Amino acid sequence: MTSDDLDTVRARERAAFAAAPCRLAVCTAAGCLSSGAGAVRDALERTAADGADSPGLRIIGTGCLGLCHAGPLLRVFRAGAPDVTYAHATPDLAAAVVRQLPDGRLPDERQLPAMHPFFAHQHPVVLENAGRIDCERIEDYVAAGGYAALQQAMTEMKPDDVIREVVASGLRGRGGAGYPTGLKWSTVAKARGAGKFVVCNADEGDPGAFMDRSVLEGDPHRVIEGMAIAGFAVGAEQGYIYVRGEYPLAVSRLRVAIRQAERMDLLGQRILDTPFSFRIDVRIGAGAFVCGEETALIASIEGKRGAPRPRPPYPASFGLWGRPTLINNVETYANIPPIIRSGGAAYARLGTERSKGTKVFALAGAIVNTGLIEVPMGTSLRQIIFDIGGGIPDGRSFKAAQTGGPSGGCIPASHLDLPVDYEALAGIGSIMGSGGLIVMDDRSCMVDVARFFMEFCRDESCGKCIPCRAGTVQMHTLLMRMTTGVAAERDLTLLEQLADMVTRTSLCGLGQTAANPVVSTLRHFRDEYMAHILEHRCPAGVCRMPRAPERAS
Amino acid sequence: MSVRTLTINGQPVSATEEQTILDVAREHGIDIPTLCHFDGLSEHAGCRLCLVEIAGSPKLHAACVTPAAEGIEVTTHSDRVTAYRRQIVELLLAERNHVCSVCVANRNCELQDLAVAMNLHHVRYEPQDPQLALDASHPRFIMDPNRCVLCTRCVRVCDEIEGAHTWDVMARGRRAMIVSDLNQPWGESPSCTGCGKCVRVCPTGALFEKGATTTVRDPDFLTYLKTAREQKLWIR
Ligand SMILES: Cc1cc2nc3c(=O)[nH]c(=O)nc-3n(C[C@H](O)[C@H](O)[C@H](O)COP(=O)(O)O)c2cc1C
Repeated sequence: MTSDDLDTVRARERAAFAAAPCRLAVCTAAGCLSSGAGAVRDALERTAADGADSPGLRIIGTGCLGLCHAGPLLRVFRAGAPDVTYAHATPDLAAAVVRQLPDGRLPDERQLPAMHPFFAHQHPVVLENAGRIDCERIEDYVAAGGYAALQQAMTEMKPDDVIREVVASGLRGRGGAGYPTGLKWSTVAKARGAGKFVVCNADEGDPGAFMDRSVLEGDPHRVIEGMAIAGFAVGAEQGYIYVRGEYPLAVSRLRVAIRQAERMDLLGQRILDTPFSFRIDVRIGAGAFVCGEETALIASIEGKRGAPRPRPPYPASFGLWGRPTLINNVETYANIPPIIRSGGAAYARLGTERSKGTKVFALAGAIVNTGLIEVPMGTSLRQIIFDIGGGIPDGRSFKAAQTGGPSGGCIPASHLDLPVDYEALAGIGSIMGSGGLIVMDDRSCMVDVARFFMEFCRDESCGKCIPCRAGTVQMHTLLMRMTTGVAAERDLTLLEQLADMVTRTSLCGLGQTAANPVVSTLRHFRDEYMAHILEHRCPAGVCRMPRAPERAS
Repeated sequence: MSVRTLTINGQPVSATEEQTILDVAREHGIDIPTLCHFDGLSEHAGCRLCLVEIAGSPKLHAACVTPAAEGIEVTTHSDRVTAYRRQIVELLLAERNHVCSVCVANRNCELQDLAVAMNLHHVRYEPQDPQLALDASHPRFIMDPNRCVLCTRCVRVCDEIEGAHTWDVMARGRRAMIVSDLNQPWGESPSCTGCGKCVRVCPTGALFEKGATTTVRDPDFLTYLKTAREQKLWIR
């Protein structure tokens, strides 16, 4: 297939789209599927097949619509009418929707209000296709403008031009550290040596994070396109996507997508009849958090034990099997097609001075609208949590937001108006991380939260370096002493010393950031620690203290 | 081959392109403590004891894997890194069961030496006391994981020098263990050649010879072996 052939496919699909005045999109991301989206889809299809079909009706399984707690979600698109979204859709409701479509009077029950604030305040770029395309049909992606960026890169641009656009976009890595993507691409492009690789990090191990999973499940071609463009830009012909083993649906959708792309000459030998070839293979992780660290991930792909190694040398010069390797996160690649399509400068208009574009967040915890959102960088936490997230349920009050998972920190209410970008979050002792955002109300104990994350790091430490392996064990023990009421002030000193040592001396990012939850809760909620230690009392009432010495009253 | 000059603790030193900070420091009699490093093996960079400061860099650098670059100013014993090293040794002593009085490696133990050199007579961290099973299935050797510090010298010497790759690391974090083959009893290992190199490089009493009352320390033995193999020169 040539670039012109692809244009023909796109035109044909768009015509078919235009001819179908009505689409019923069921969210078929893992969240909605687990609450019964499969049965809803069956009911739609059965009722449509039973003759209640209106001409031009299409039923599609689409990517994550975001409002996960209200799943299964069903969205109705009709030409010339506003979209209607149903929450908690049931098979009966689905059947009623199909039956009533021809008269244009849709059932009222379970309809979300038009312009629901959850959707109104978002700015989808990475998630632009959610709800619009069927995640298992490449033609839908193509019709929505997919693979146009690859076409453009292949036919109108040189690798340098592509890199220049990525640099101009100001895009920074979405995997956590925020390293400038354009700089990384140009480093790999300049690295000497044949047989370069492009790797996509889809290990997503932070507790509470599901951004990458949703992108892979809902719009796998977007990641494939981003990787192919990266391969073209840096001079690699082989790509790997390393997906965590807990994401079987993402893996199967990716495999379907790769096969479809190969069949249309968008992957494989001589892409779009140009001299550029690029293959992608899927590699599946076995459930170790540390395998998200880039050098451990590379070792894992090589078939070795997933343990990190000292950097330098960085993967850009010495990566997979010793070859120059570009490694980026899922969301980073997913940003590439729009950057190439509309130009880096246009992308850079979104966001803040040093953090460009949008960021996808996974909202979890004590928040009304649990789910997936995408907002421009620089949106305040208050907007995210209260306007989009709907605030705190059960009439409770906001206590802290945890960003960055086990490498991140807790942000107290006094910083709710902070514009969220890489520097701002780092400035108050947290990190952007990959986009997990866990909201906590006044029933959460910050010492207990720190203990939870320390337990996670202790269990996920690979064991290679002593500070991380043994330091997390001791920090966890000290936190346990506090939460069970047997700690003394000396334990706090030991904890703070260990936190500093483990941060400074650990081999990889896991250990270097493992103490962040402790340090940030100490910074913002020190009084809670003191209550546990001096008074053997948990102000939030979370920690049971059976071993606590009698309190002097 | 280009030569580099740098300073370590203010002392000007020279280095070849291949040398690390650790190599150069040792050559000049500057003692940087190590535990996982062993002359003749690849570097593991896991013990973190050799971390040093380089002027102008906010990070600490593992001397065993950091090239002795031109012009850098290295400090090996600042108060900060000395305190960190002490904490690392304390962590190790609390991690498993290091009871010198009943250990075959007593007075020949690198962990004990480190503690003595640091004047460490007290461990502030809670002993984990894991009670791990000893493997005495091998006809000549014993593996006592209670004394293991997971330096992986045994793993590396078996793989890189003997070429048998009998040893490897299983599980992660505090559960990580050195295992033979697929976690089989050492005595039943089909790959072990019984060469005993692992026993020779073990820094503690985790690997020792049956019936022995003490262990042998021989830090140069791999260099000797390599010279003998590669240059047919049996010199110490
Ligand atoms: C312990 C640890 C876990 C990590 N896990 C992930 C992960 O799950 N996904 C990811 O993209 N990056 C993860 N990273 C960051 C990667 O090492 C790397 O920086 C990233 O993949 C680079 O891509 P980016 O520049 O697009 O962000 C992790 C890092 C550490 C230290």
